[in-house]
Amino acid sequence: MEMSGFSTAIPLAYLASAVLFILGIKRLSHPDTAAGGNRLAAIGMLLAVIATLLESGLEYTWIIAGVAIGGLIGGVMARTVKMTAMPEMVAVFNGFGGAASGLVAVGEYLRVAGGAGGETLAIDSGVSIMAGTLIGAVTFSGSMIAFGKLQGFVTGNAISNPLVKFSAGLLLGVAVVLAVYLVGFESNLAFYWGLIAAALILGVLFVIPIGGADMPVVVALLNSYSGLAAASAGFVLGNNALIISGALVGASGLILTGIMCRAMNRSLANVLFSAFGTGSATAGRAADGDRVATPIEAEDSAMVLGYASQVIFVPGYGLAVAQAQHRVRELADLLTERGVSVRYCVHPVAGRMPGHMNVLLAEANVPYEQLCEPEDVNPDMENIDVAVVVGANDVVNPLARDDPSSPIGGMPIIETDRAKTCIVIKRSLSVGYAGIDNPLFYLRNNRMFFGDASDALARITEEVKQL
Amino acid sequence: MEGTLLIGLYVFVLAMFVGFELITKVPPTLHTPLMSGSNAISGISIVGALLVIGRAGDAVLMRWIGLAALILATINVVGGFLVTDRMLQMFKSKDAS
Repeated sequence: MEMSGFSTAIPLAYLASAVLFILGIKRLSHPDTAAGGNRLAAIGMLLAVIATLLESGLEYTWIIAGVAIGGLIGGVMARTVKMTAMPEMVAVFNGFGGAASGLVAVGEYLRVAGGAGGETLAIDSGVSIMAGTLIGAVTFSGSMIAFGKLQGFVTGNAISNPLVKFSAGLLLGVAVVLAVYLVGFESNLAFYWGLIAAALILGVLFVIPIGGADMPVVVALLNSYSGLAAASAGFVLGNNALIISGALVGASGLILTGIMCRAMNRSLANVLFSAFGTGSATAGRAADGDRVATPIEAEDSAMVLGYASQVIFVPGYGLAVAQAQHRVRELADLLTERGVSVRYCVHPVAGRMPGHMNVLLAEANVPYEQLCEPEDVNPDMENIDVAVVVGANDVVNPLARDDPSSPIGGMPIIETDRAKTCIVIKRSLSVGYAGIDNPLFYLRNNRMFFGDASDALARITEEVKQL
Repeated sequence: MEGTLLIGLYVFVLAMFVGFELITKVPPTLHTPLMSGSNAISGISIVGALLVIGRAGDAVLMRWIGLAALILATINVVGGFLVTDRMLQMFKSKDAS
């Protein structure tokens, strides 16, 4: 670039936008300041875009067309998406981010070595381009499969097939060999397309074996990848704004991945490679033996709840499926009016992405002060009069605490079995995602309310009104 | 050029540490908005897309690749920030509601 005033102003603008991103994320530490933080980050993005547009030699017609199309699609998606579909939306956006970063690497490859081939890449830009291509492509195809699983286009079941693991390992080997060849020996367009194809298939094979309820981990990990893809695009272009932003997002995704894994007491490797939850065949012990689950009806539920002093609701994925978040809040409001103290206890892995339940409850106007975490509730669970479990199963399974050898052994749970009364709203006694029986259902202080969550809550609400 | 790569690595590692420090302070309640918001930030590759289009010159394929990257990154940026804002507007305190 020729020396001009812009040549220093542009990097300074990038620095300012990186600062705005950091300040924006900092404000996400509290619900009151979070919306402002998000806007600060958006201003940072605008600044970065304006700074780039000041660089000479840009093709404005193409740019306006691209921004108009992308802005329209993004705007419509953001306005129309249902809150229950947020995991799908984030999965798609992860994929788009990865694809965009990957395409930047592709474009740069074509520029540097786009001729008939034979030119050698400089080692540093070559490594950056290969890393950017690989991460971008894996993020894109992996995210699309995650989206398909969340939507139900692709089976949500865990697939345990040694062939999948073998092929993935083989493809990773092929991709690395191709990348090394392209950087170390000669650039070759056909080999480069081969690398992209291998990376795309690798992304598919990476996500397809993983079961539906492990999606929070996968979505968080892909979130991290989309950041790393942006950072590698930054290395490709030698642009610090991309490197910083990508690193921030990469760190964010990694932390969330770690939190999700800890909340299940499983290692990341276990989540990714063990095909958890395939053991449904070994799990059909739900209704056997002399154990009896005591059912409860709406009227009795209303009595127990209406005269309680402390109630917690424990939402799970079933709440999202039944779209029951508004019904829960109606019941909770009614109880609050009667002087009952109501809180919602959300397990970190409830739902299909980190924080999924919190967003649904916020949508139903639940004040965030009423949202709490397992460690806030567990210590004085004995003082909770009623714990209402709505569409959750494994996260309240006492086996996690009592039986270290069970598949969920050691996983932190919400110990509703220690509440004075526990009411589980569930369609049947069937097993949860982990494929194991839940002894909670047969405890003396537990009652089963069989039915659809939304319908059950509405009926209990009607009965509470009659009290 | 090797100097640039090295400085890039410095920046990357330090930014990762900043990210770790910041994000551990985000409460679980806000993890979904954190993801969609950070998603929008990873749309910073919009800058890369603009540069690819700018550097394409007469290379038609490269220009189309740049355009595709620009569209995808713009969806990410615009959609990500807007949906995060929509979500965060719903997180209200007892006093506000």
